[in-house]
Amino acid sequence: MASTTRTAHPREKRIIFKNIDRPGWTNDIGCYLGDGGYEDLKKALAMNPQDIVNEVKASGLRGRGGAGFPCGVKWGFIKPGGSKPVYLICNADESEPGTFKDRYIIHQDPHQLLEGMIISCFAVNARLAYIYIRGEFPLGAKILERALAEARERGFLGKNILGSGFDLEIYVFRGAGAYICGEETGLIESMEGKRPYPRIKPPYFPAVLGLYMSPTIVNNVETLCHVKHIVRMGGAEYSKVGTRVLCVSGDVQRQGYCEFEVGGITMGELIYDVCGGLKPGRTLKAVIPGGSSAKVLSAKDRYKIKKKQPDGSMAENEIGLEDVAIDFDTLAAVGSMAGSGGVIVMDDSRDMVWALNNINEFYAHESCGQCTPCREGSLWMKKITERMLHGGGVLQDSDTLKRVADNIAGRTICAFGEACAWPTQSFIAKFRDEFVATAKTEGNGNGSTNH
Amino acid sequence: MSEPTQLFNVQIDGVWHQFKKGTRVIEACAQAGKFVPHYCYHPKLSSPGNCRMCLIEMGMPKLGPDRKPEIGADGKPVINWIPRAQISCAQDVAEGMGIRTDSPMVKECRNGVMEFLLINHPLDCPICDQAGECQLQEYSVEFGTAGSRFLEDKVKKPKRVELGPRVTLDDERCILCSRCIRFMREIAHDDVLGFVSRGSHTYLTAHPNRLLDSNYSLNTVDICPVGALTSTDFRFKMRVWFLKETKSICTSCATGCNTIIGTRQNQIFRQTPRENDAVNSAWMCDYGRLNFHSVNSTDRLKTPRVREGQGLVDTTWNKALVKSGEELKQFSKDEIAVIASGKMTNEELWLAKDLVASIGTSRHDIIPRTGEADDILMSTDRNPNILGAQLIGLTGEKPGLGLEDIAEGVRSGAIKAIVALGEDLTQFGLTADELRKLASLIVMDILPNDTTRSATVLLPSSAFSEKRGSMINIKGRLQRLNRATQPPGLARDDWEIIRDLIQQLTGSDGIYLIEDVFKQMAESISEMNALSLSRIGDKGVQLVEETEEAPAAV
Repeated sequence: MASTTRTAHPREKRIIFKNIDRPGWTNDIGCYLGDGGYEDLKKALAMNPQDIVNEVKASGLRGRGGAGFPCGVKWGFIKPGGSKPVYLICNADESEPGTFKDRYIIHQDPHQLLEGMIISCFAVNARLAYIYIRGEFPLGAKILERALAEARERGFLGKNILGSGFDLEIYVFRGAGAYICGEETGLIESMEGKRPYPRIKPPYFPAVLGLYMSPTIVNNVETLCHVKHIVRMGGAEYSKVGTRVLCVSGDVQRQGYCEFEVGGITMGELIYDVCGGLKPGRTLKAVIPGGSSAKVLSAKDRYKIKKKQPDGSMAENEIGLEDVAIDFDTLAAVGSMAGSGGVIVMDDSRDMVWALNNINEFYAHESCGQCTPCREGSLWMKKITERMLHGGGVLQDSDTLKRVADNIAGRTICAFGEACAWPTQSFIAKFRDEFVATAKTEGNGNGSTNH
Repeated sequence: MSEPTQLFNVQIDGVWHQFKKGTRVIEACAQAGKFVPHYCYHPKLSSPGNCRMCLIEMGMPKLGPDRKPEIGADGKPVINWIPRAQISCAQDVAEGMGIRTDSPMVKECRNGVMEFLLINHPLDCPICDQAGECQLQEYSVEFGTAGSRFLEDKVKKPKRVELGPRVTLDDERCILCSRCIRFMREIAHDDVLGFVSRGSHTYLTAHPNRLLDSNYSLNTVDICPVGALTSTDFRFKMRVWFLKETKSICTSCATGCNTIIGTRQNQIFRQTPRENDAVNSAWMCDYGRLNFHSVNSTDRLKTPRVREGQGLVDTTWNKALVKSGEELKQFSKDEIAVIASGKMTNEELWLAKDLVASIGTSRHDIIPRTGEADDILMSTDRNPNILGAQLIGLTGEKPGLGLEDIAEGVRSGAIKAIVALGEDLTQFGLTADELRKLASLIVMDILPNDTTRSATVLLPSSAFSEKRGSMINIKGRLQRLNRATQPPGLARDDWEIIRDLIQQLTGSDGIYLIEDVFKQMAESISEMNALSLSRIGDKGVQLVEETEEAPAAV
């Protein structure tokens, strides 16, 4: 991890990652308290829980796990006064390829997460909460256990927290190692001791029928950390200066994390200014902007962006990839997504068939297998790209790949369908020539014996 | 409860219908004549929504600025269509809902799912037991394509897995719909099946160190939409399209599960449950299902026989019947006992009652047959028509109460003759030696036992699948048996044999149609007034108040 340790770029604004790799910083509660830790909790406990929900709504905070769903709206789905307990689960199953931000928080600043969680639980009236941490993070689980014990000892957890009358317990729940456990209803099934098969929605919306069929909020690690800062600065202020953590990997000089105001930096600035540019002699080919499931963006393409002018009118601008601002709406407008914040940079040395096959391998391996299109389609796509990669490509492969992906997206129980289809759809759309070039033969088009 | 059922207006493929609140979308479509293909959905099980075959287009009423539905030119709500296809198996209808089952998007979805299900499915239909009743085959015809784009190798999975004593699994054929898993969990209450591994490599298996050995295991074979789960008893025995299907009922206990008997060339190959929510839902137990092999047995009694010295010799029906009459006429009425059976139909019991009256004896009963109930379908009472025997009067409130007395009568010599109708008398304590001391033992049965070997006259009769007639199950439901096979050799229908015995004793003209037996019975048993064999119908008629708690699965 040493290679990703970095000092902040002057344009960075570190709120969530303020303490990551901070000289002299340790992850124990003493260090955290010495830096003003748990003060925001004290402030929150003096507030009306509904006011906290309103502040989070006003902040415009969007989920940092991938889907970007407005956090306050999610919390608003919990109807107060229900007969069943409300659960809050922190989704620490960070496993989207290209994403490595939550691990830093857990390892180096666990109390920030706990403070954000306790405030969030207070806001939605959850008296029992869990941190679902992926099985591959054994150290993280240990650190969280210790942090929880420290917080309990200091009265930040347990009965009557800081004299507020609010009771809360948080437990660490370790996953057994599957990407699908990051899907919130799969995660809930896993916690109930079952295979992490995502649930059908309707009727199983977590806010209504979540953990143990009770109303449940599932939020990402980073999202919960943001809550603490929203309480401190107020939703209105946060909406102007809120940040997000980016994880840059791939063909740049300096990979690693950084934190900017949402939309405060363009792709070009991120690559060339913050990450030291590309490797010598290389040119930019493509960027996957939000974790491996986000649609790839080509450096050759021009993107039409509508932007609000100072006089309030909308004007359409045509921009290149390097000028794309890294925020939810702009990335959606150019046909991809901010996703989990994992920015994967690819230069002209990259073989796109290889790159897509790498992604397809991952999704074929991680498909839970519950519903037909994703189960069968993800492996099929992987088998095609693998064959293409090893010299067995045929002319119709690109079309087949696209059609298989089209038959997955929008047809599955959970968003994994899109996650595994979007890479193929976008790679074929943007780099079709490279895929067609692998075709050595026309193949036997009918394949009638191989139904 | 007094509230009228709420009706919802739902548009299906452009036509507005009304459905009761709580109707599943997929069921609403079926009611509207728009069948939606499906694999994982089963009306008796929970809906996992995993196969994606039932994807449809769905919409809800478009709301105006006042949050009220906008009304279109037809006076009906304007529908806001959801751009993403929805499954129809897990949602209930709602007011103003719009559904499209035949749009281009829906067709694309079905084609896509069919293709996905087929790419890794073996093409072994020629040797697959499910062929002919396989939903994968059926929907392939409708929604599949002739060619394939799949150039890869198929996934390899376990084959010929003995999941339990009666079920064999081919994991490569499995489409992972989870019906069997849900059946075992939700109906059989034995959560023994599950999926392991993941993605396309997922396969079905039994829990480590456990077998699928539930008495309901074969229902998983019925509901398996493909040939993954096969009956070890039935597999490779017969192509299903050759089977003649006869609706009947199971006679292995008093529940009377509704069945379909599958036969070819006068041989039973399988029994499967037939849906009847008043009796057995869609299920039956393995014990009852497989309890037909004795019908096919080569040991079946095929010829009337009479005693000559130590042995029995073949004879004609006429001689056997005449001899029966002659034997019985030698004794005074109470020197004769009649043992009937709770396995007999109402019509047979009715005539047996007539026989008892013709003889004039007060010594008659049936042999009780009990076992442990299982809270699912199997009844404590293993006699399928115990209520019929009581209603008709062959036995009293406590069946078998008179048996001890009869056994004692045999031993003391007070009883000199017995008419045994379908029962082995050693079951209530009489020994073969004691039976041999009877001056007359007229036995009607289908298979040899100590009683048939001790008979003075042996009358070969019909098994449950070889006869028509009615029975009353433990819940008081009158149900019908239908003839699926013919009795072997010279064996005859039981009711005709009993009728002929009565004729021998009374000289009266007999009845020539079983319908007339029922008519006679219905005229004197008030509960059956106005009924006839044909009026019973395929699903039976509730005749008397339920006498037992409904089994759990129903």
